[in-house]
Amino acid sequence: MVLLALAVGCVAALALDVMVGPSSMSPWRILEGLVRPSVLSPSETAIIWQIRLPYALMAIMVGAALSLAGAEMQTVLNNPLASPFTLGVSAAAAFGASLSIVLGLGLPFVSNDTLTTINAFVFAFGSVLALQALARAQRGGVQSIVLFGIALVFAFNALTALVQYVSSQEALQQLVFWTMGSLSRSTWRSVAFMAVVIILTTPFSVLAARALTALRLGEDRAMSFGVNVGRLRFLSLLRVSLLSATAVAFVGVVGFVGLVAPHIARLLVGEDHRVFLPASILSGALLMSLASAASKTLVPGALLPVGIVTAVIGVPVFLLLIFRNGAKG
Amino acid sequence: MSLSVQNLTVGYRDRTVINGLSLAPIAAGQVVSLVGPNGAGKSTLLRAIAGLTPARGDVRLGDLNLGAMSISERARHVAYMPQTLPQDVALTVLETVIAALEASPVAGSHAHSADQAMQALVKVGAAELASRRLDRLSGGQRQIAGLAQAMVRRPKVLLLDEPTSALDLRHQLDVLTLARTYARENDAVVIMVLHDLQSAARASDHIVVLSDGAVKIEGAPQQAITPEVLADVWQVQARVENCGRGLIQVMVDAVL
Repeated sequence: MVLLALAVGCVAALALDVMVGPSSMSPWRILEGLVRPSVLSPSETAIIWQIRLPYALMAIMVGAALSLAGAEMQTVLNNPLASPFTLGVSAAAAFGASLSIVLGLGLPFVSNDTLTTINAFVFAFGSVLALQALARAQRGGVQSIVLFGIALVFAFNALTALVQYVSSQEALQQLVFWTMGSLSRSTWRSVAFMAVVIILTTPFSVLAARALTALRLGEDRAMSFGVNVGRLRFLSLLRVSLLSATAVAFVGVVGFVGLVAPHIARLLVGEDHRVFLPASILSGALLMSLASAASKTLVPGALLPVGIVTAVIGVPVFLLLIFRNGAKG
Repeated sequence: MSLSVQNLTVGYRDRTVINGLSLAPIAAGQVVSLVGPNGAGKSTLLRAIAGLTPARGDVRLGDLNLGAMSISERARHVAYMPQTLPQDVALTVLETVIAALEASPVAGSHAHSADQAMQALVKVGAAELASRRLDRLSGGQRQIAGLAQAMVRRPKVLLLDEPTSALDLRHQLDVLTLARTYARENDAVVIMVLHDLQSAARASDHIVVLSDGAVKIEGAPQQAITPEVLADVWQVQARVENCGRGLIQVMVDAVL
């Protein structure tokens, strides 16, 4: 029931996200254009099909990917503050991107934009692999993984600051925009790529849902119920690294969605992961989609970086839920 | 099927906690208590039998070599309830028992798991907790929910680490009675770590006194709990009175 409501909300938010934007096209005109593209002028076609739709779909998918990653991380690391953002994945991606933006490191036959994305992905993926390696070396020391993740955040932020310090004015501007998170570089290709990653990873998350629920009762209990906790954690972090690295590589640093959406889902449906994981995906998609629509309307005529908006929307929603929950309990 | 523990050695990174420990074979339907001072290796022994701590040696249930089994295979025969209680879990008690049942394959399908989980809760007298959230329960209620999680898989070996630590007097007695009933009804072996010697004597067929990772003495409660053992292992001067119906009373007069 809650899942259905969230899904309906997502569709509505997606529609809203496509409707709004700096070019003042009426909703009817857009609807007409979606059904019969031939009635639009070439510039209107470009706005709807090349900008608005990929932008809006990317918002939905990045929200879904980050919050699924956050939900799994919170469970396997047994920490409510775990998310791709808080444990250094985003910071690593930002550092990777800054290296290619500022230092202009390039490969032959690869455009600079693509290279930035690849570099961000490599660093983000690498940071989760580092977490992973630590998780395997330290049998069960989950708290130290979280501390290591926080150390990664500081390390990569410092390195990014160092790169910024030596960068040119122009590169700095591009970099700052990147670190604030932006959907504006979305293309059909990046949308398709993100969709493939989500479609490949989600079934495995769903298959692991029962074991993840058992893990909420503690590692010892889960093992005694027959869950191979080491393998569960390894595979889960592998999914997390793919999802979050792809997402941040395309849109930059988007904080809060991966942290807040799982909490919203938890408050709505509890922690039976068969319901909790889908609810997290939908909450994240909804939140990100609303943030995307808001980023186009909060300041008329201007496009705010969506990362700022997710924080502005995310924090009050989070606080509201905490206080309501506190009042109930 | 009896449980046999032979020549078990358990250690952590730099120290050996248990060295070459063997227990008398434990027959099906028996309740065994592990007692001993803090740090004697009770919980370590229980975890090693459960397969949660790597150990060398032989743990067998009848013909089955439990030590050689994978985690999910072993979970069909052995259940373990740790001392620690889960915190901040947004699951209802019924959901946790279903999760325990469905976490890995057991005999029977998932179709009836809600019924089975409910039956387990009725068995431990916690049916009214079924729809309550785990993180809104008292410590004692969470412990009883944990017992249902361990029993719902119907293991042949049930290992309970201080199952009564968070419970009031009445609930302690209830849980100890449950352990006995479980062993008899399911032809299972129940091993508990307990601190209270009188409870241990009341609830068990057999008591193992551990000290410094080794078995000091094992046997029927009256044989294992004696003034000499109390002085030797716990360093207290005490009297042990038999009070009929197999119960004993331990009265401590002084610390040595």
